[in-house]
Amino acid sequence: MTDLQQPQHHIKLSEESLQKQTTTLNLGPTHPATHGVFQNIMEIDGERVLETVPTIGYIHRAFEKIAERRPYYQITTLTDRLNYCSAPINNMGWHMTIEKLLGIKTPKRVDYLRVIIMELSRIADHLVCNSVVAVDTGALTGFTYVFQYREKIYEIFEEVCGSRLTTNIGRVGGFERNFSPAFFSKLTDFMASFPKVMKEFENLLNRNRIFMDRCIGAGPISAERALNYGFTGPNLRATGVDYDVRVAQPYSSYEDFDFKIPTGTVGDVYDRYMVRNDEIWESMSIIRQAIEKVDKIEKEFPEQKNVFYAPEADHFHLPPKEEVYTKMEALIYHFKIIMGEIDAPPGEVYHSVEGGNGELGFYLISDGGRTPYRLHFRRPCFIYYQAYPEMVEGGLLSDAVIALSSLNVIAGELDA
Amino acid sequence: MTNEIIQQKLTEKFGEQLTEWEQPYGLQTFRAPADMNLKVMQFLFDEMGFQFLTDLTGVHFPERKGEELSVVYHLHNLVDNIRLRMKIYAPVAQPDVYTASKLFSSANWMERETYDFFGFNFIGHPNLIRILNVDEMDYFPMRKEYEMEDPTRRDKDDEMFGRG
Repeated sequence: MTDLQQPQHHIKLSEESLQKQTTTLNLGPTHPATHGVFQNIMEIDGERVLETVPTIGYIHRAFEKIAERRPYYQITTLTDRLNYCSAPINNMGWHMTIEKLLGIKTPKRVDYLRVIIMELSRIADHLVCNSVVAVDTGALTGFTYVFQYREKIYEIFEEVCGSRLTTNIGRVGGFERNFSPAFFSKLTDFMASFPKVMKEFENLLNRNRIFMDRCIGAGPISAERALNYGFTGPNLRATGVDYDVRVAQPYSSYEDFDFKIPTGTVGDVYDRYMVRNDEIWESMSIIRQAIEKVDKIEKEFPEQKNVFYAPEADHFHLPPKEEVYTKMEALIYHFKIIMGEIDAPPGEVYHSVEGGNGELGFYLISDGGRTPYRLHFRRPCFIYYQAYPEMVEGGLLSDAVIALSSLNVIAGELDA
Repeated sequence: MTNEIIQQKLTEKFGEQLTEWEQPYGLQTFRAPADMNLKVMQFLFDEMGFQFLTDLTGVHFPERKGEELSVVYHLHNLVDNIRLRMKIYAPVAQPDVYTASKLFSSANWMERETYDFFGFNFIGHPNLIRILNVDEMDYFPMRKEYEMEDPTRRDKDDEMFGRG
């Protein structure tokens, strides 16, 4: 037994593993319980997790390098693929970063329309996470209830931008075209029918004894450790810290809205689940307020009905196709925009939005060229996933699986 | 707490060693000497409430001879809700920087990522290995000398992107 050598690999197996008193379990990279490409090499003793070593980077696509060779408007499609469960938030976060760099102030109507889209995608994101937590505990039914409504949200996005998952929604300064009546009718439809289904979903799980027994106390983290680990978003709020970028540094006129920040107490799976649930209700209330505000603007200033982008963002806004074919100026503008010829000032900007999983930040250094000199994405998943070993070590293997899904680690955002 | 108070307190403590004070887009930014990053961050952590490391990343400036690589820290004081940005510079020949991972657990992977892409040597880091790229990689891909595109293509030259 003494001549056992450590294998030549950076993952160090413990002495017990070499002597086969404990089991080394390779969870992932493509395990059905991990919902994404995550590898965890776990050292287990019976059902207890003694140690876990996460390996990441399986779908790394070098977005930061690619972004150094792309005009600003083309980077939006890269941000789609970060947290693909709530792509519109990423798109708009990126647009707002450029607007901050260029000093563009968007009209209120644009802000409110953006809020509607962002909150819809937050609902979609949280629905995925919460229903998948339920699936991992063995309750598939809730998943089938709410996924139909995620579908409806995607149909609403389709009305705005034509695509569903990776949306590339909006443009710098606003949207590419005005919202159609079909958008508003689908939105009203969703707002009327979704609460009932959400109630049903809650009735199924919130006070369900089996679900509670599975979730309470699983994968906990204290507020202190969570802050030290750089947690943000619902996972931080589940520990009892009420930090929300929408309130702390309001963007897109979030200061006009009245909403609560739900918080938990102990930061376990159940708290994270409940915080996300409550946030869905808050998002619903924000959307309702936003629709009212848009209506009010349109009633008071009928000419505002056609405002869907900031006038100063003209050099990002493609002219209508019929004008491109018939007017010389429009043709010139079209080419200038497509070639990315804009006068971006040199400077450095950090802008963050509240993504589905927490503070999604964009650190942009511009040297005056058409592309960023350096662009860094602050990806919340990447930062908090490193706390995963600390959260699951000492617990049961089955708790480790639901802890992973309740953290809502999205592989696209993790690996960028 | 305001940007001015931050600057005043830090200048009282560290004097002339902190330079390049500026406030781009309202965010207090300064430069610290490379060997003082931990001292400054510890002071900010203990005395001024900057206990949240929002972001840590690297930047490569090939034309700045002797200080080609830069580490940028974004810190956040959650109580007073104010952010600041600290930069340090290191030569590309020997990019030694003290690790912040003892102060902030979140810095562990962020420093590994920064090492992975820029090649910083974070002194004292518990596990400084590649994180997103393959272990066998023998260069640091985010440095500017590595072109993303096929080098024979001319349509992706710098002049096509408003530079040079």
